[in-house]
Amino acid sequence: MEASMAEVIVNGEARRADVPPHTLLVAWLREGLGLTGTHIGCDTSQCGACNILLDGIPAKACTLLVPQAWGHEVTTIEGLARDGALHPMQAAFREAHGLQCGFCTPGMVMAGIGIALRHGPDVSAETVRHELEGNLCRCTGYQNIVAAIRAGARAMAEAGLLPAREQADAAV
Amino acid sequence: MQPFELVRPTSAAEAAAAFRGDAAYLAGGHTLIPAMKAGLRAVERLIDLGTVPGLDGIGLADGRLWIGAMARHAAVAASPVVRQAIPGLARLAGGIGDPQVRARGTLGGSVANNDPAADYPAAVLALDAVIETDRGVHAAEDFFQGMFATALAEGEIITRVGFRLAEAFAYAKFPHPASRYALAGVAVARLPDGVRVAVTGATLGVVRWPEAEAAIATGAPLPRALDHPDLASDLHAGADYRAHLAGVMLARAARAIASGA
Repeated sequence: MEASMAEVIVNGEARRADVPPHTLLVAWLREGLGLTGTHIGCDTSQCGACNILLDGIPAKACTLLVPQAWGHEVTTIEGLARDGALHPMQAAFREAHGLQCGFCTPGMVMAGIGIALRHGPDVSAETVRHELEGNLCRCTGYQNIVAAIRAGARAMAEAGLLPAREQADAAV
Repeated sequence: MQPFELVRPTSAAEAAAAFRGDAAYLAGGHTLIPAMKAGLRAVERLIDLGTVPGLDGIGLADGRLWIGAMARHAAVAASPVVRQAIPGLARLAGGIGDPQVRARGTLGGSVANNDPAADYPAAVLALDAVIETDRGVHAAEDFFQGMFATALAEGEIITRVGFRLAEAFAYAKFPHPASRYALAGVAVARLPDGVRVAVTGATLGVVRWPEAEAAIATGAPLPRALDHPDLASDLHAGADYRAHLAGVMLARAARAIASGA
């Protein structure tokens, strides 16, 4: 393995990632880079607290080895804000009070971005609930989270962050 | 997790050549990595198929729908080709795990692993599929050999799976609320030469359900429960419950077929 290949673009910045290959992506983000916004919840691929964006698509950082991200782009919750302004999905969670203790929130925001990308700005509450099957919240309940994701999806569209409707319709 | 040596091949031939000792292939990793984390699996050598190009194509040829082994569940679910050819298969792929699992998990990984509660094996068996590898071709009928066991030889790599184009196909499952694996899942395919029904989750490995096939083919009443010597029973659901659940899922899948799925 050439050293130059062991690199991951994290939140827009190329980072050296020449760690032992059995290192989990979530462990490297948290312990190697100090990006502790990505949480470890169940650690068994079920709760979604560790969701990050891998090349723009939500994935579980507890179920990825660092080498699987070599040469790819990873976005963590720390990398969503632009120029000091929250990402529209983050802002929607704040506005709708879509969190209580906040532990699941980074993963929920990532899942919400994925839902918006797949289903567009007019996603129904029922679809959001179904699409959250990979995320667990143990305190707020889902009511406000669902409201936040629907508002966030609309705000992402207004900000020009969603693909044209045709593409969103084709995605599942 | 136990340390291992990582190999990143750039072709299937290179991957196969690297398979020696206690080795494993890594596809989407959404079964293997959790198993390695839990200490259920330790390998000396992990060969990442994610760096091999050309294993994720989807297309029609020779009366079959061919899906590459590294095609991710989300890609199969969203594929216009799959949605047109076998819509029920696209829906099955869109119901595996959760969106984050579907973003990474692959057809080949699921089939090679043959988890007794996985969704894809039921479709592979019901749709009379062929499993193409770097060494030859396996018929679905001979491929699945019980819990986590397949006809794959040591180091053999699945390259793609060819599903027969059914007149109708539907899959109904009752997912475990946390893992989303099937407590019972039933796939029903109406093929030009007959009806095939396959059950996952309820038994110790995917099986066909001859009584259900005969009932659908002749219009006789469906079996109300699965009668099988290898019913699964664990803390999630007992054997009787699973047998009954298989009957409920059969009714749902059969209804979907009848309404033109």
